[in-house]
Amino acid sequence: MSETNFQFKGSVVTTILLQISHFDEMTLISAIENKVDQAPHFFQMAPVIIDLTKLDQSISLDEFNRLLLHLKNLGLSPIGWRCSDTNKPDWIGDASLPILPASKTRATTLESRVNQDKSNQDVVIKTIVEEKRVAQSSKIITKPIRSGQQVYAEGDLIILSSVSPGAEVLADGSIHVYGALRGRALAGVRGDIGARIFCRSMEAELVSIAGNFILSDTLQSGLWKESAQVLLNEENIEVKTF
Amino acid sequence: MAKIIVVTSGKGGVGKTTSSAAIGTGLALNGHKTVIIDFDVGLRNLDLIMGCERRVVYDFVNVINGEATLSQALIKDKRTKNLSILPASQTRDKDALSQEGVQQVLNELSKTHDYIVCDSPAGIEKGAQMALYFADVAIVVTNPEVSSVRDSDRILGILQSKSRRAEQGMDPIEEHLLLTRYHPERVEQGEMLGVADVEEILAIPLLGVIPESEAVLKASNQGTPVILDAQSEAGLAYDDAVHRLLGEDRPLRFLDVPKKGFFKRLLGG
Repeated sequence: MSETNFQFKGSVVTTILLQISHFDEMTLISAIENKVDQAPHFFQMAPVIIDLTKLDQSISLDEFNRLLLHLKNLGLSPIGWRCSDTNKPDWIGDASLPILPASKTRATTLESRVNQDKSNQDVVIKTIVEEKRVAQSSKIITKPIRSGQQVYAEGDLIILSSVSPGAEVLADGSIHVYGALRGRALAGVRGDIGARIFCRSMEAELVSIAGNFILSDTLQSGLWKESAQVLLNEENIEVKTF
Repeated sequence: MAKIIVVTSGKGGVGKTTSSAAIGTGLALNGHKTVIIDFDVGLRNLDLIMGCERRVVYDFVNVINGEATLSQALIKDKRTKNLSILPASQTRDKDALSQEGVQQVLNELSKTHDYIVCDSPAGIEKGAQMALYFADVAIVVTNPEVSSVRDSDRILGILQSKSRRAEQGMDPIEEHLLLTRYHPERVEQGEMLGVADVEEILAIPLLGVIPESEAVLKASNQGTPVILDAQSEAGLAYDDAVHRLLGEDRPLRFLDVPKKGFFKRLLGG
């Protein structure tokens, strides 16, 4: 029997997206430098994805490489780039940086706090949270969730009663159960690693946060039939009191 | 308009037909014009429990298919006034029940009766869904053991999602829990779930607890609803349940282990 020392896993990370709409090397670089100076800690060693999907012109490989160098000099760490399907540069295969697929339309973008100054519209720095929705309204259920039933909420799921064995509750956000949790609860099903599960009595068959799960065998070793919350701590499911 | 009561459970062998017969008879004894319909097409049992198997000529499926009128198929109970039975067909299967057909029969019965008791088949498939679809009230029959409780939970979910009241956004079906084959001694020994455990899991109001009793089997074999046996605990417990269904407040009984008498203890009985 061979022993494996590694695992390939999927993961969703929050990162900075540098969206360039017009490329004029000197003004662009000085504008980025200005932004970085406003919040140096925020940008220190920050992974950055260069987004050329909104670019209104073409850009040469030399120009792209110089941009990379400038960004590195400013303390940023470019980790990938993307371009629009309609405006692909001819050097697409020669870039030294991995190319990423274009952002899904579902991805939510948040204007970052450094984007207060509107003086330079050529550079827009956005924090992109991929595969995650924010500020979804929560779903409230007042009746018991019976065996065989499945309830899904796009935001948080709040259940004022119990979840029966054989029932399944899922949410993009957190799950709150104000009764006994006896079925399966899956929070952060779209990859929100910050999602949690709360319940008044932990008797679950399975709990999962962002795809990481534990079964009732493991749950029974602590806080069984007691109030508990479930959260993700660096890919490990943790069950603890409130 | 009659009140339509479905007696259901998900799991088989928990006492649906026994309970349907007892509750239907109980309602009739209290002066309400009642009909009990056997929805278990292909596994006809209600007529045996009611002791009218020899009088079955036409059945529920005949009426649905227009091969007989309701008055031809309805069997008037000989012991109890106000009570009739609509037997299931033994030679057909559940597919013979169409929603329109069932609705038509229920509408017709509704004009002349106060209560329609639908004895559901086991399972969660078409037969059971047809029995519960038009219900106003559900009596969920449960034994104090885990698999029965789980199945009851499942059927409660179906009541809340696949019934007419759920589909048309009307007031939800009134749900009642009837705990049958209850054995206080085994509960005390921890071999059986207690009333509180089942109530906690299913979270619906308790209609009654029927103790495990030899009288039930005896009554079934004789074709007499057990509620008519006023000597038995099960009969009395069903009587209590019927009165609770009619809105009366009655305390639960037969939940404690009967105390042994002095001589029994002395003789180690």
